[in-house]
Amino acid sequence: MTGQRIKILAVIAALLAIAVVVPNMNPFLILLATRVLAFSILVMSLDILLGFTGLPSLGQAAYLGVGAYLTAILASRYQFGLGMDFWLVVLLGILSGAALAAVFGLLAIRAAGVYFLMITLALGQCLWGLAYRWNSLTGGDNGINLEVKPVLAGIDLSDDVAFFYLVFLLFSLSLLAMFVLVRSPFGRSLEGIRERELRMKILGYNTWLHKYVAFVIAGGFGGLAGVLWAHTTGIVSPETVILTTSVDALLMAVLGGAGTLVGGVIGAFIVFGLREYLSTVVPWWQYVLGAVYVLTILYLPNGLIGVPAWIRQRRAAQAKRQEAKKLASVPS
Amino acid sequence: MNLNFWLIQSFNGISYGALLFLVGSGLSLIFGVMRIVNLAHGSYFLLGGYVALTVIWTTGSWLLALPVAALSVAVVGLLMERIFLRPLGFDPLRQVLLTVGFAYLFQQAALDIWTGNNFDINPPAALTRSVVVGGLYLPLYRVFMIATALVIGIVLWLAMEKTRMGAAVRATVDDAEMARGVGIDTSRISMMIFALGAFLAALGGVIGGAFLGIYPGLDFEILPLAFAVVIIGGMGSLGGAAIGALLVGLADNFGKALFPEISYFTLYAPMALILAVRPTGLFGRE
Repeated sequence: MTGQRIKILAVIAALLAIAVVVPNMNPFLILLATRVLAFSILVMSLDILLGFTGLPSLGQAAYLGVGAYLTAILASRYQFGLGMDFWLVVLLGILSGAALAAVFGLLAIRAAGVYFLMITLALGQCLWGLAYRWNSLTGGDNGINLEVKPVLAGIDLSDDVAFFYLVFLLFSLSLLAMFVLVRSPFGRSLEGIRERELRMKILGYNTWLHKYVAFVIAGGFGGLAGVLWAHTTGIVSPETVILTTSVDALLMAVLGGAGTLVGGVIGAFIVFGLREYLSTVVPWWQYVLGAVYVLTILYLPNGLIGVPAWIRQRRAAQAKRQEAKKLASVPS
Repeated sequence: MNLNFWLIQSFNGISYGALLFLVGSGLSLIFGVMRIVNLAHGSYFLLGGYVALTVIWTTGSWLLALPVAALSVAVVGLLMERIFLRPLGFDPLRQVLLTVGFAYLFQQAALDIWTGNNFDINPPAALTRSVVVGGLYLPLYRVFMIATALVIGIVLWLAMEKTRMGAAVRATVDDAEMARGVGIDTSRISMMIFALGAFLAALGGVIGGAFLGIYPGLDFEILPLAFAVVIIGGMGSLGGAAIGALLVGLADNFGKALFPEISYFTLYAPMALILAVRPTGLFGRE
């Protein structure tokens, strides 16, 4: 069996374990896992840009926000999306995220490196500004409350376990779709752009278009994450689209390991775990979070998912050194 | 909407711009010299305000709070640059994330030391009066803010344009590699500029604390505005930062007064457009 296959089997096993174990845990942990999975879709969408295309976006929360506000406004004003039409909202959420990315991408894709960071920050702030000040549409600072969850074909999603399974299902489908995407020739060309854009250009690739399409696809998944996020948290407010939400997503992707998709999910589990579990135990949890970030960035550029490879490498290096010592001690 | 409205709003916008200049000029210099996107810059602003509060509570002197807060935060910035950012080398993403890590650490430290309450910094009574100019009542404190920004701007400009040190800084902004080549110690310049940026941001925190208040979350509220200043003005340019601060201050004030529902949008959308069309900002050096 190749290493690749083992990794895929490990991910499938982990998913099955989550599906079996989580519903039997206490309600607090079920909600926590639901939040993590919903937000993970956003983190993975960011990883397509950051890890595979080499575009560090500081405004990914904008797409989460569009999906979430769309869901909240449709549900609270028009009672739309609370029955089977929820699937229509899912579709609209994806489309609106992609549409926003299609507009933003026109401005952002031109920029590279630090400038891409800055421009995505500015674009994200545009959305935040609207969410914060456009009271008549977004409820301003108070946001919009979502009191009821959808009922799908007789299954009431206000039941935590049922809702968990819905999020789990859409999360797994997103993971699969993004995995297929990054393994496709298109995904390979994105990695080529990440490594050396000029060479890809010379090979005849329209790198702008490739990056743009990746940006739009990431926006679509961001919108999907937003739809689920709105129902998970039950409130959509400027907090959803604030700069720190984008930054969190970026940190989760890097913490777990960029360019791996599942790394971001691990990062999300750790950050949400620290934030929502550790915070109930000790008051100084944020020090732990900050220290984890700082240490990861300083010592683990490949993220936590890179730890096994790092250990293997060290072992191999050590074995080599011993081998060399042995050889040196043998008189030639 | 008569003439008075326009005059008062302009005055408010300019004085807000003066505050933004203090935060933005440091951020702009840091970016220009080191190409670092410092997301902890808002934290320096907030920490400056908090340290000033402590000084005021213990000594009762607002005048003493200004230098103490600015200098102590400058030391924090200096240590952060020396110990953590320098060894990282040039990697924009890791630098950004590292500064965020610090922003979170500072947030927690501030919460522990100064609690989550909302505080105001009270300036001396002499500055709380109003002056009447041409029939308009202008709060003296805002006049003081404009004057401070002017003085600091002129001192910085003189230091940058007229001294050997300033020339070295400008050379580093234009081409760090070349500057190193001709014997300029760019590492020392980076350290000094980072400390200076933290100093100015903290000074802004003390001064701004009087009308913004000092509360948790202020750090990430002021940060995007500072970035707007830097981007509109052009990164690494002092004059650009001054014009950027003025434009953002005015846009923010008039935006809130004229079309409140989309006021932030009217601020950040032009910022994104400028970045897309001219990444070095309106007045940035090519």
